[in-house]
Amino acid sequence: MYLPMSVSARLLVFAAGMVVFSLCQAVTDSELSGSTADHTKFDELKQVFKTGPEVTEACLSCHTEAAKQLHQTKHWKWRLKHPDTGEILGKRDVINSFCGSIETNYARCTSCHIGYGWKDKSFDFTSETNVDCLVCHDTTGSYKKFPTGAGHPPYEDKPFPPKSKKIWKAPDLAHVAQNVGKTSRQTCGACHFYGGGGDGVKHGDLDSSMTDPKKSLDVHLGTDGLNFTCSTCHRTDGHDVAGSRYTTVAKDTHGIDVPGRDDKNRATCESCHGNRPHDADVNDKNNDHTDKVACATCHIPTYAKGGKPTKTWWDWSTAGRKTADGKHIKTKDEQGYVTYVTKKGSFEWGENLIPEYAWYAGNIRYTQLDEKIDPSSIVGINSFEGSYSDSDARIWPFKVMRGRQAYDKGNNTLVMSHLFGKDDAAYWKSFDWNKAIKAAMASRGADYSGEYGFVETTYHWPLAHMVAPKEQALGCGDCHSRDGRLQNLPGFYMPGRDSNYWVDLIGWLAVLGTLGGVTLHGLGRIFFNRKRRDGDD
Amino acid sequence: MTRAIFFTRFERFWHWSQSLLIILMLITGFEIHGTYELLGFETAINVHTIAAWVLIGLWLLALFWHTTTGEWRQYVPADADSMLAMVRYYSVGIFFGAAHPFHRRRAEKHNPLQRMAYLMLTMIISPVIWLSGLLYLFYQKWSVIGLQGLPLELVALTHTLAAFAMLAFLVAHVYLAISTSEKPFGHLKEMLWGYGDE
Repeated sequence: MYLPMSVSARLLVFAAGMVVFSLCQAVTDSELSGSTADHTKFDELKQVFKTGPEVTEACLSCHTEAAKQLHQTKHWKWRLKHPDTGEILGKRDVINSFCGSIETNYARCTSCHIGYGWKDKSFDFTSETNVDCLVCHDTTGSYKKFPTGAGHPPYEDKPFPPKSKKIWKAPDLAHVAQNVGKTSRQTCGACHFYGGGGDGVKHGDLDSSMTDPKKSLDVHLGTDGLNFTCSTCHRTDGHDVAGSRYTTVAKDTHGIDVPGRDDKNRATCESCHGNRPHDADVNDKNNDHTDKVACATCHIPTYAKGGKPTKTWWDWSTAGRKTADGKHIKTKDEQGYVTYVTKKGSFEWGENLIPEYAWYAGNIRYTQLDEKIDPSSIVGINSFEGSYSDSDARIWPFKVMRGRQAYDKGNNTLVMSHLFGKDDAAYWKSFDWNKAIKAAMASRGADYSGEYGFVETTYHWPLAHMVAPKEQALGCGDCHSRDGRLQNLPGFYMPGRDSNYWVDLIGWLAVLGTLGGVTLHGLGRIFFNRKRRDGDD
Repeated sequence: MTRAIFFTRFERFWHWSQSLLIILMLITGFEIHGTYELLGFETAINVHTIAAWVLIGLWLLALFWHTTTGEWRQYVPADADSMLAMVRYYSVGIFFGAAHPFHRRRAEKHNPLQRMAYLMLTMIISPVIWLSGLLYLFYQKWSVIGLQGLPLELVALTHTLAAFAMLAFLVAHVYLAISTSEKPFGHLKEMLWGYGDE
């Protein structure tokens, strides 16, 4: 219970606290936790918890505002309105090229939601006890949401995949609750490293190798270096985590964030490094380049480099094949990575990949469900603006995910499909695309013509992690050459890459013409000289 | 015929250091242009940049020297007739052993075509190179002087064209310097030791 105190009493307590603090520091500096609370001592947590929401209820008895804060975030809502484009984005609404959309597939997808029980549209977003505190604040490593549990961990040991021998252990909720702490690479990574259905599948610059990386893999997270956690940069303010691929800051002109000029976003390189971070050389071009080249472009020379490959191609159109006796097919490449599986189609993987580059102003758009597409061309799942002349844009590195996915042939729109479920319409049950699309589109309230086809898509992922130590950053010549990394990036003149046909033609004609002229002139003089001498003789 | 110092110590120093710098800048410049790969782009840029600043320093010294000594008069264009006479000599007379139409003196050590060529080099090619080069170098600061709308390509191509002109000049200059003296390598020796015949 907090009691109002007089100023002098507070000062006294403060002074006493300082003395105790100094003593403690002297004695147990290495053991003292940064936290001022030891959760094992809280009576509220000394009980048998049967479910996750029961734990949350205990958490909220002290952290009274936590759930209200989380209710405002993308992590909870999976929905946001893009401030520039006005588009409604977020996992709840966008179409992707990986596992499709969450519509009708809730219980499977929401195993990565920070809540409990989002198994269908009726999920109560106002419920405070539906917030899952443990998935982010667990420090024991024993708390894992069950893949098909709609966000719940298993409450009894059970296998996944179903009927397999791989057992998911039910966590000891009281033990987990008594050992909560700050978020870690492991807790964030539990979802963010496994997006798209598996380790490293989605991002390319985030996979399980980043849980415990060397600084050669990521100079910031490296345990043999700075040992950052995700939240060192993705700082939270009222549980709202900074940094987003939906609203990327493609160019942070604020520079280093200090009190007074803090844009409340430390998730840009510039927030710590400023806009001219390089030591000046004979040329100061590295610093000059920060206006047009994103830091990541030179400092992430390759991605998917931690020993885990990322998925680069996903062809849904080949899904559904079975053996003659009706069994599911699974093929793997030499390294053991799945290249075909009946439920999902064909895959390709890549490691140590060179990014693709594009002008990017941060205002990313997603192709909407009612948006007409041209099925004869490659359709962008997302797109963005940016060019050389756009002062908000810079050259950014991307992982470009490619693949083929279902679309509505009659309406020329992308579709959502019902994959997961025990009902007959679920694709993973009946392997009938028509039924699967019809079910998801009906649930969404979207129009479906009844005829589907497959269209090739691209999906751009700006890269920002796996930042290499500076010695491994790209050099000038990696881009400034005729066949360098930016050889296909249009719209601007780049020394070393570009030239003008006529300037070079006229120039070389002038030089070679002069050379030829003086050569002929000299030969002529020798010739006539000899002739004259012969004549004299 | 009398022997005299035609090229003072400073002039010789200026000539040879300038020629070295220009050749260095041609080599690195065409690498930056993407014509070939030799030192690597960044080293080429650095060498090119350092050489540019040294050359600018040298030009300032030379400018000062020419004004204070009055030697700038060596580059005042001659009359059209004597230039035409030189053109006739180089294009016809030189093949048939005609007499040189110009008799040089210490105060007029360059023939009328030479004066014109050096004047063009100093007044057109060089200024275009260093103006476009400085713009190129300070590309980042264009907005400070209100040039933000200037296309980099225009500056780059101007710089490249001027570099081609410089290279063409160098070819012609070397040919004439080596081959047109009365004694073998006479001009080269003059430029090395300073002494010339009047």
